[in-house]
Amino acid sequence: MSAATTSRDEKARMPRAKRSERSRAEARLGWMLAGPAFGLMLLVTLYPIGQALYDSLFSLRLTAPDERELIWFGNYAVVLGDPALWESMGVTLVITVITVILELILGFALALVMHRAAKKLRGLARTAILVPYGIVTVVAAFAWFYAFDINSGGFVNSWLSWIPGFDPDLNWFAHPGTSLFVIILSEVWKTTPFISLLLLSGLAQVPGDLEEAAKVDGATGAEIMRRVILPNMKAAIMVAVLFRTLEAFRIFDNIYIMTAGANGTEALSLLAYNTSIGRLEIGLGSAISVLLFLSVLVIAAIFIKGFKVDLAGGKNS
Amino acid sequence: MRAMTWPQRIGWIVITVLVLVWSLFPVFAILMTSFKTPSGLFSGTLIPTEWTLQNYAEILTPGGSAQELFLTSLRNSIGISLIATAIAVILATLCAYAIARLDFRGKRIILVTALAVSVFPVVSIVTPLFNLWRSIGLYDTWLGLIIPYLSLTLPISIWTLAAFFRQIPWELEQAAQVDGATPFEAFRKTVVPLAAPGVFTTAIIAFFIAWNDFVYGISLTSTDAARPVPAALSFFTGASQFEDPTGAISAAAIVVTIPVVVVVVIFQRRIVSGLTQGAVKG
Repeated sequence: MSAATTSRDEKARMPRAKRSERSRAEARLGWMLAGPAFGLMLLVTLYPIGQALYDSLFSLRLTAPDERELIWFGNYAVVLGDPALWESMGVTLVITVITVILELILGFALALVMHRAAKKLRGLARTAILVPYGIVTVVAAFAWFYAFDINSGGFVNSWLSWIPGFDPDLNWFAHPGTSLFVIILSEVWKTTPFISLLLLSGLAQVPGDLEEAAKVDGATGAEIMRRVILPNMKAAIMVAVLFRTLEAFRIFDNIYIMTAGANGTEALSLLAYNTSIGRLEIGLGSAISVLLFLSVLVIAAIFIKGFKVDLAGGKNS
Repeated sequence: MRAMTWPQRIGWIVITVLVLVWSLFPVFAILMTSFKTPSGLFSGTLIPTEWTLQNYAEILTPGGSAQELFLTSLRNSIGISLIATAIAVILATLCAYAIARLDFRGKRIILVTALAVSVFPVVSIVTPLFNLWRSIGLYDTWLGLIIPYLSLTLPISIWTLAAFFRQIPWELEQAAQVDGATPFEAFRKTVVPLAAPGVFTTAIIAFFIAWNDFVYGISLTSTDAARPVPAALSFFTGASQFEDPTGAISAAAIVVTIPVVVVVVIFQRRIVSGLTQGAVKG
């Protein structure tokens, strides 16, 4: 009798045991397939950032590698006490805020064009909008640089000479304001396609019948935009803004090509590069790199906690 | 849809022209610069006053002042970007397949990590690598660029492919098996045709990103042994030391831009779906 109960018990337990064994096998297979990509991804990013953290605690310059000395947070004290860092931070923030605002407006306009355009024009518009995305940032930087730079035959000055008070010999890259203008222009041109594609996919998710209903109730175009379209796109807008903010914050290529950081255009990435690879001050450069990394973390945290951007939302379903 | 009235039609044409001008103007400008003669460069006009192919000769024909620099860097760029793309896409395909089809803990962690890595400031990685690569001999080598390029290509590949694979109706594979196909046949005839466009699109996007790199390119190379095109452009010099490299750089810029434009024109629909699925799917 007792044997009978055990066998019945076993029978009842069997499927569950089997299932858990199966799910364990599935998990094992899952990690076997996903592990290499995941591990490599961590290795090529976490390891260097760890190394940067470690290096930032030493006084180390490659011009005198034997004088390496542990100074704990000495590099951070030097860097944070240097007005150059705060100037860089200021420039980076100015570039980031202005480009993201401009790109949001322009990107939204382009997304509306792609969304509303008739089929024939849509393909053409979409191809044209994608061109800046595909072009190498350095090439785009040279294109804008040559258009403006009087020392390489820029033609913009002669185009603008009809404006009263415009100096036809204006050297755009000799002043902070005008340099930043061209830098921001090239950045906006190059990266707006990305933001407009994100916004386009957001637009596609706005329920069409809501729009229709609002129209029937007599809402104007502006009201529909403000009350129906924008609220329904909030998630897409926030994700687009977050991505672009983080990307704009690490701006490097076009500044390097146009001014190499001269005339008050040295954004944080350039400061880090010029310190470590330019002047071989590995300790100080690592400290700036770590600060740049922390800034990106802080921005991401503000967006995700403050604005409740759910990056992975819906992605796991 | 209602037929458009004439004013509407003209409005749309104007808008499309504006979009085209905005998107293509810099490309057109640098194309025009590439046809200018050294003296005609300073005419202050967009269209060259005097046309020449000399700049293309400088970068492409034997004896051109920048030919060796350009062609070597072109080979480096193509080789390094292709290898980094291939490794990323192969590993990401396995990873995304697991995420889309298998149930295991840590899927979310993988996706969130990929996202975090993709917004990582490249300059923060390059300083330690610069130091490390010099001490272990990877500085100025192909491998020394392929490894960091994986930090650019892997996250986007995982993300995009996972989004693509989630939309594949995997039941088709079982259905084919029920209908008598062998497991391999079922996989080849149902899954592969559905997954291939996603893998292909992901490869294009990953390649664009590797091809676009500049920070690693200038920081981790010192000669033309591994220097990729974007970095090489900033090292161009004129035919003589008194001559400006503007023309040669413009010509080289056009040569590396044409393939990109062709790919964009052919695959625009796929690229758009790849980019948007990879980034937002709310």
